[in-house]
Amino acid sequence: MDYFLELFIGGLTRGSIYALIALGYTMVYGIIELINFAHGEIYMIGAFTALIVASVLAMSGMSGLSVLILASVVAVIYSAAYGFTVEKVAYKPLRKAPRLSPLISAIGMSIFLQNYVLLAQTSDFLPFPNLLPDLPFMAPYVGFIGSTEFIIITTTAVIMVLLTLLIKFTRMGKAMRATAQDRDMAMLVGVNVNRVISNTFIIGSALAAVGGVLIASHIGRINFYIGFLAGIKAFTAAVLGGIGSIPGAVLGALVLGCTESFATGYVSSDYEDVFAFVLLIVILIIKPSGLLGQKATQKV
Amino acid sequence: MSTFNNTKYMEGMKQSVIVSTWFMFLTFPIMVIRVNTIENIIEWRWMNMFYVGAGSFILSFVWRYLSGRSISGRKENINAQGGHISFLQRLVSEKRLSLPALGVVAVIALFFPFISSIYQTNIMTTALMYVVLGLGLNIVVGQAGLLNLGYVAFYAAGAYTYALLYHHFGVGFWLALPLGALAATILGILLALPVLRLQGDYLAIVTLGFGEITRLVLENWNEFSFGPSGISGIPRPGLFGMEMGMHEATVYLYFLMILLCIVTIFVVNRLQDSRIGRALLALREDEIACQAMGINKTRVKLTAFALGSTWAGLVGVFFAAKTTFVNPASFTFLESAMILSIVVLGGTGSIIGIIIGALLLILLPEYLRAFSDYRMLLFGVIMVIMMIFRPQGIVEGVRRTYEFHAEENKKEI
Repeated sequence: MDYFLELFIGGLTRGSIYALIALGYTMVYGIIELINFAHGEIYMIGAFTALIVASVLAMSGMSGLSVLILASVVAVIYSAAYGFTVEKVAYKPLRKAPRLSPLISAIGMSIFLQNYVLLAQTSDFLPFPNLLPDLPFMAPYVGFIGSTEFIIITTTAVIMVLLTLLIKFTRMGKAMRATAQDRDMAMLVGVNVNRVISNTFIIGSALAAVGGVLIASHIGRINFYIGFLAGIKAFTAAVLGGIGSIPGAVLGALVLGCTESFATGYVSSDYEDVFAFVLLIVILIIKPSGLLGQKATQKV
Repeated sequence: MSTFNNTKYMEGMKQSVIVSTWFMFLTFPIMVIRVNTIENIIEWRWMNMFYVGAGSFILSFVWRYLSGRSISGRKENINAQGGHISFLQRLVSEKRLSLPALGVVAVIALFFPFISSIYQTNIMTTALMYVVLGLGLNIVVGQAGLLNLGYVAFYAAGAYTYALLYHHFGVGFWLALPLGALAATILGILLALPVLRLQGDYLAIVTLGFGEITRLVLENWNEFSFGPSGISGIPRPGLFGMEMGMHEATVYLYFLMILLCIVTIFVVNRLQDSRIGRALLALREDEIACQAMGINKTRVKLTAFALGSTWAGLVGVFFAAKTTFVNPASFTFLESAMILSIVVLGGTGSIIGIIIGALLLILLPEYLRAFSDYRMLLFGVIMVIMMIFRPQGIVEGVRRTYEFHAEENKKEI
C-alpha cells in the first residue's frame, strides 16, 4: 500500500507539471487551432533563465527564498516575452494560411530555439540547484511525500484556481472565451482578437516557465533538449483531456502522470515514455474527442 | 512628397530601434551570461548583445521590405488570376524546354560519380534517398492531406527488416528489398487501421506517438533489435556475386538509387492521374463530399498510408545497405520533421519541387561545412521564413484540371 501511495504521489507530481505545460497547448489550440510545437522550448528557456539568474544571485551572496522568488519571476517574465515574440514572428503572419503552414513554422521555431540555447549555452546537462525550501511541517509525512512534491502539487493547484477565476470572471477571460468560440464574431463585437491571442501566448508561456522552474528543481538537471519530450507529453495530456478544454488539460495531465508512474512502478521502467503514447492512442480510438472534449459536429 | 517619405523613413527607423532593443532584452540572459556551476564562474559576453542588437536592427528592415512585397505580390496575383507562371513551372510543363533540361540532368546524374570524389557520391546517394522519402510522404501528406509525423517508423521498418533478416538468416539485399517494403506496408496499414476515424491534428499527434513508440521499442527491446547499439556488418548490395571494393560499391549503390528515384517518379506521376490519385485528392479537399460521391473513405485512407510507407520501407533497406549499420538513433522525430520539411519546402504536390527541396536541404548543409555548428539553427529559420514568405513551396503544385468535351465524345460514340 505504501508503494502504491508513493507511486500515486509521484504520478500527481509529474501530472501537475504536465498540466502546467499542457495548459499552454490547450489554450493556444482553443483559440487559433494550432499545435504550438515551440511551447516545449518556451518551458526549456524558462528553466534555463531560472538557472542562470539563480546562479548569478547565488554567486553574489544571496540565498534562500529570495533567490527562488527572483529566479522564478525573471523566468516567468522571460518565458512570457519569448512566447509573445514567437507568436508575433512565426504565427501571426500565417493567420490566414492553410493549416499545415503554421504547424511547419512551429516545428521550425522549435528547432531554432533548441539550437539557439545549444549554441549560446552548452550541450551538456547542467546541474540545477534545488531552490524549493524544506518545509518543517512536512517532516512527519516525509515517508511518502517530500516537501518538493508537496510544493509542486500545491503550487499547481493554486495556479489552476487562479487561471479558472481569470478565465471565468475577468474581462480578458471573457474575450478569450469569445475568441475561442468564434473568432470572426468576437471581432465583430469589438474584441481585439490580436491582443487576445497575444495574451493567450503570454499566459501559456508564463505557466510553462513555472513548470520549468518546478521540474528543474525536482529533477535537478537540465539541458537544451528537455523541452521536446516534455512538450510532446504535455501535448498528449492536452489531447487526452480533450484539446481546447482547460479542465480537460489538467485532468488529462494527471491521468497521464499517474499512468506513467504506475506503469513504471509495476510493469517496467524501460518503456516509461511508451506508456504515454500507448495511452494516447487507446483513448483516441475509444473516444477521439478526448476525455472532456466536446464532440464537434460537422456541417455540410 | 519628400516630407512624407521622410516621416515614413523615421517611422521605420523608430520601429527598427524598438525591435532591436526588444531582442537585446530578450536574448540577454541566454546570450550574454554563461555560468559555470562547477567552478562558480560567471562569464559575461557583452559583445553578443551588440551583435544581436545590430543584427536585429538590420533584419527588421529586411523583414519589413519582404512582408510589404509579399502583400503586394499577393494582390498582383489576385489581379492576374494566376496568369503568372514561374520559370520552373514552365520548364516542367513545356516540352520544348523540359526535354533539354531533362537531358542535362541525366548527363550530370550519369557522370557525377566519375567526376567527383567517393565522399560526394555518398552524399548524393543520401540526397537521392531523401528524394524518394519526400515523394513517398507526399502521397500521404500532399495528395491525401493526412499529416503524418511518424513517417520515420516505416523507414526504420525497412532498415531493420534487412538488418534482422541478414543477421538471423543471411538474407541478401535483393530479397530483403521487397520484404522490407512489405514490412513497412503492413506497418502502415496497422497504423492506419486505428487512426481512420481521426482527423487533422489528432491524426498528426497519433502518428508522432507511433513513430516515437517504434523508436523506443527498438531502443529497449534488446532481444529483438539489439538495443541502442544496433546491428552492424550489414552487407552492401551485390551484383551477380561480384566482389566489389568500397569505391565500386558506393558507385553501384548510387546508380541503384538513381534507378529507384526514376521508378518512384514514374509511379508517383502515374498515380496522380489514376483513379486512386483522384480519390486521394477528393479526400483531401472534402471528406464528406468524397463519401457522397461513392468513394470508400476507409479504403482510400488505407491505400494512402500503405503506398506512402512502401517507399519508406524501400529506402530503409537502401539505408541499411549504405551505412552497413542500423541503430535507433537514426530514426528520431527530427528525421520525420526533416522529410516533412522537404515536402513542404519543395511544394506539396509538386514532384519537381520535392526533388529540388530534398537536394537543397541535404546538399546545402553538407557543402556549407563552415557553418556546420549553425546548420540546424539555419534549418529552423528557413522553415519559418519559407512558411511566411512562400508557403506554397519552391515550386507550386499545379492543380490538375480535367476538361470534358461533349463534342468529341459524341464522335467517339
